[in-house]
Parts: sequence; structure tokens; C-alpha cells
Amino acid sequence: MTNSSRSAPLFIGAAVACIFGFGYTLSLIFYQTPLSAGPLYFNQKIFYYHVPCAFMLFLAVIVCGIASIKYLRGRDQRWDDVSVAAAEVSVVFGTIVMVTGVLWAKPAWGKWWVWDARLTSALLLWMTMIAYQLVRKYGGAGSERLASGLGIFAMVNIPLVYSSTRLWKTNHPSANTVPSLDPSMRAALWFSVLLFTVFFILLLRLRINARRNERRLYECREMALDAGIF
Amino acid sequence: MEFLRYVKVLAWKDVRVEFRSREIIYTMSFFAAMVVLLFSFAFLKQSATSNDMTGSSEHSPGFIWVAVLFAGTLGLSRAFDRERETGTMRALLLAPIPRAAIFLGKSVAIAIMVLVVQAVVVPLVALFFDAPLFTHPLALVCTLVLGTIGFSVVGAVFAAMLIKTGSRDVLLPVVLYPILVPLFIAAIKATAAMLDGALGDSWFWIRFLAVYDTIFLIAALWTFESLVIE
Amino acid sequence: MSIDSVEVRGLGKRYGLHRALHAVDLDLQAGGVCALLGPNGAGKSTLLGILSSIVRPSAGGVRYLADGQPVEAGESLRREIGVVAHDSFLYSGLTALENLDFWGQLYQVENLADRSKELLRTVGLDEKAWERTAGTYSRGMVQRLSVARTMLHDPSVLLLDEPFTGLDRGGAQALAEALSGAVKRGAVVLVITHDLESIAGITTHVAVLRRGKLEFEERRAAGYSFDELKDTYHTHSE
Repeated sequence: MTNSSRSAPLFIGAAVACIFGFGYTLSLIFYQTPLSAGPLYFNQKIFYYHVPCAFMLFLAVIVCGIASIKYLRGRDQRWDDVSVAAAEVSVVFGTIVMVTGVLWAKPAWGKWWVWDARLTSALLLWMTMIAYQLVRKYGGAGSERLASGLGIFAMVNIPLVYSSTRLWKTNHPSANTVPSLDPSMRAALWFSVLLFTVFFILLLRLRINARRNERRLYECREMALDAGIF
Repeated sequence: MEFLRYVKVLAWKDVRVEFRSREIIYTMSFFAAMVVLLFSFAFLKQSATSNDMTGSSEHSPGFIWVAVLFAGTLGLSRAFDRERETGTMRALLLAPIPRAAIFLGKSVAIAIMVLVVQAVVVPLVALFFDAPLFTHPLALVCTLVLGTIGFSVVGAVFAAMLIKTGSRDVLLPVVLYPILVPLFIAAIKATAAMLDGALGDSWFWIRFLAVYDTIFLIAALWTFESLVIE
Repeated sequence: MSIDSVEVRGLGKRYGLHRALHAVDLDLQAGGVCALLGPNGAGKSTLLGILSSIVRPSAGGVRYLADGQPVEAGESLRREIGVVAHDSFLYSGLTALENLDFWGQLYQVENLADRSKELLRTVGLDEKAWERTAGTYSRGMVQRLSVARTMLHDPSVLLLDEPFTGLDRGGAQALAEALSGAVKRGAVVLVITHDLESIAGITTHVAVLRRGKLEFEERRAAGYSFDELKDTYHTHSE
């Protein structure tokens, strides 16, 4: 109780910063960065949200994997909360990556879906995290262990997925796109990454708190039952 | 060394039970052959110049590995069902042996069954589609064995965790396949490169398989006990 | 090594939100039989799971003592524990001798072949059936073989989870003999059962669980009769 009320001002502050931050990125993206030449023209704007969301997808999977290891080690429910929260957030960001990726692919490569390495590896991670949700929902008793196993294996799998899809086929704008960007574009991108990181932490906290409250409520009910109130 | 003795005892028990009834091997092989057949109906094209059906040799790596993956999943479920029917999985966990030995013993047994299925599927594909699969026997054997090891290792971990779950038959492929994708890509690529005579590429993917197997073998040995203990 | 007492302190276990056990304290002594009673879902099987080290507690712990010295959890402790459950723990594709040989190797039983044969005779399994696979056995034969399997490594802690359900007369007799033999040798015995009649007379210690909490505990050196067990159970489980 005390813990969450002490962190409340920080939490609200971060939320307010996020709201203003989003406004600021819009201004950065639409007024302060140049329009691309060629067919991408306006479409290139999607890049400022697509890339940070992809980063957050990977970050969320790593957080989920580490929390899963911690949970299995000590069986502390709080780590399980972190793992669940990170997995759910990863699906949210994964969905954004997929949608924006498809929107980008059509003008850039002429097709809605392209079997590009980075898009494919994001797709696979996203699918793995959807599998995690299915396990949580339909796994019944003991699903938290199964989900932890999946979380750990998904994290271990990241480099393998990435390298295998990359060597399999690639036509994504290469990683050195970022250094070659116009300085104003780079600033907008990094600001966006920072913003999404704060937003990620915020979502994570919210979801963890919801889980904790759910458990506290359940414990209260048990105490009432023990005392013979119900 | 004691550890390996237990692994041998456990694997030998499974092999002995299986070769007495041959249930898993017969059903898996039949299923795999049926998958290959269904794929041929789906993908074979009528040749323009003759009455033959052609264009199949290029598909044969896919036929082999999809058939093996599907049939392997079936065998995996059945092998762990046997440990559930009379509660022997619980008894194995109660036994005074390192729990990782249970995992490894099971993986070895499953790998043996999958290799038997491959001994049926690979010649079948070579025969049906006139694929020159046996021109590079060493590369072929390495691909098959390493692919099988990776499948058995990851499969045994998830199947063991799912043993008490009601919906295990649907959840097994849900959790298994996303993790197996890099293995699947590498196995297909290694086989395809071998068929094209690009042995260098083939060995590259075989090394990738070896890396995949090593990483997941370590991850599985390290996490197995805490994943199966409630 | 032989375990002579077990101390359970502040034991708690949660499955997700569900509370299976809460702050359970219990002492088990060698040479007596503890009956663990309670309605379905009271946490009996969870407690047995923790005692047999296949369930990890969320709070508290269990201490095993041999000659007053605590025994560390692990393989050497698991060697001392025997579990009998409704499941037979046998492979139906293996013969009686192969089953005992397999489990005997895992438990590192000495003179395995001789001990197996001796036990099969003790539980009254016909010699002609030894080389047949367990899948061809009648229910009673499976139960006898299952008792032999449990006694194979001579456990000093015996945990029984509803062992009497579905037992035929021969199986029940083999089990009762094995049980009283274990008590005489000074084993720690814990029984979970709804069949109070089968444990009347041998029970010296009663513990009742309700909604994961220890509701009642009592010892009587003279043992409990069937009626006393029934009364105790009904008073404290509702």
C-alpha cells in the first residue's frame, strides 16, 4: 500500500510527460523533419513510431524472459506479475509494429507484406508472445510455469530468430539508415524512442499494479472467509 | 558419469517399451508418409512437355521437414501420454536422480523415434520426387541428426511441462513451433543447399543447427527441474 | 540413513491466486501413522507433494531429521521417501521383473534381482506372471506389483495418497501388511484417505486440514477406532 502511494506522484508525472511528449513528437515529425524524396514522401513519417515500437517489442520480450527466470528461481509472485505484464505489453507493441510495417511496405516495396528479415523476426516474436497469452488463458493450473518456460525460451531464441531470418532473406532498409539520416530526423527518432521507453515502463507499472491489487483483493476475501464473515 | 548412466537407463526403458509395441513408430511413420503424399497432391504441377508430374525436387526439403515436424509432435504427445497414464512422470520426479536426467533420457528416446521416421520419409521423398538426396550422405546425416536433436530437446521440455494440462494436445504445437522456427529454417536451408550442390551453404546451416542445439540443450538442462516442479 | 522425524513449519503454497496451504505446522514421528484428513480441495495432496519434494512451497519449509541431524533436500533425501498413490507408477509395456529392475536401478537398490523376487513372493504375485507385461495384469495384480515397487528401496518415510481406493481384497491385504511392516521398522508414515475404516486401529495421530489451514491435530498412543476417527473428522472439517 505505502509503496504504491509513495510512487504515485512519479507515476502521474511520467503519464503527464508522456502526453506532452506525444504532442511534441507530432510536431517534430510533421513540422521539423524534412519530407522524403521519392515514392516514400509522406509515408516515411511512420518510421518514427514503427522503429521505437519494434525496439519496445524486443525490450518487452527480454524483460519477460528475465522476470521468468527470476520467478522460476524464487517463485516470487511479484516476478510473475512482471513477466505477465511485459508479455502483454509486448503484444501491444508487436501489433503496432505489424500494422505500421504493413503500411510502410506497400509504398516502399509495392506489396503489403514482404518476407524481410526484420519484419519476419518481429512477426515471429509477436507470435511467440501471442502463444504466451494463449498459454496463460487456456493452460489451467500450472500455466505460470509453462508461460515462464516459454518466456525464457523466447528470449534465448531472439538472436537465433534474428540471424536465421536475416540469413534467410533480407531487403529491409539496412541498419546504417540511422546514421545517414538528416540530423533533425535523427533527433526526432531518438526522442520518439525515449518517449516510447517511458510509455513502456508506464504500461508495465500499470499492469503490474492491477495484478497486485487483484491478488490483495483475493487475500482480503480469504481473510474474511477465515474470520467467518462470509 | 552417474548422470549418463541414469540417462541410459531412462532412454533404454522407453526404447524397450516402444519396440515391444512399435505403436509410436508405426503411427508416426504412416502419418509422415501421408503428409508427404498430401503435399505432393497440393504442389505437383503437370509438366508442359510430357505427361509426368514435375517441379517437385525443389520442394522436397520442405516435404521432409514439415512431415517430420508434424509427425514428431504426434510422437512427442504420445510418448509423454505414456508417462501420464499410470502416474510414472510423478514417480520419475520422486526418484533419487537428477531431474535433468529425466529430461535427457526422454529427449534421447524421442530422438531415436524421430530418426526412425526420417529413415522412412527421406527415401520416400527421394523415390517419389526423384530428389538426389543421397549424393552427399555426410551432410544429409548431419542435417537430419542435428535437426532431430534440436526438436527432441525443445519438444521434451515443453511436453514435460504440459503433462498435467488438460488442453496439452493443442497447446504443445502452440508453444513449440514459434521456438522451433529457426531450427526449421536452418534444416530446410541445409537440405535445399545440399540438393543444389552448394555444399558450403549446406555446412553453414548445419553449423547453425549445431549452435541452436547447443544453446537450447544448455537452456533446457538449466531450467528443466524448476519448470517441472510445481 | 533413516529419517526419524519430519518438521513442517509455517508451510504455505499458492497456485496463482488460489491458496492451497496456509501456515501449516505439523510434526511427524517415526513408528506412528498420521492420518491427514479433510474435505476435497483442503490442500492434503499439496502437503503430500511438498513433503515428497515435487511441489515447492511458497512460504515456510519442511525439515527432515535423521538421528537429530537435518537432512538436506535432494537426491539422498528422495531415496528415503516412498509414495503410494492411486496411480500404479508402473509401465504397462514392461514385465513385473523389468519394472522392478528399472525402478531399482534409479533407486540404486543393492542385490536388485534377489530383492525383486523376494518382494514379488511377499506380495503374493504368482511366479508365472513375472515375465508377462504389466498391461496384461488384472487390477489386483497391478496393485500388488505397485506395493512391491514402493517397498523396493525400503523407504523410511512412507507417504500414501488415497491408497485404498479401488483396491481389491488381495491388494488391500498386501498394502496393509507392507504398512504395518514399515511402522514396525520405524518408518514415518502419513496417510491421506477418505476410507477411515482401513486406517482405524493403526492410526496414532490425526491432522485435519480445511481450506488450506490445519484445523485440528491430536495424538493418541493407543490409536483411534473407526468411530473416533469419524467423529474427529466430522467435528473439525465442517
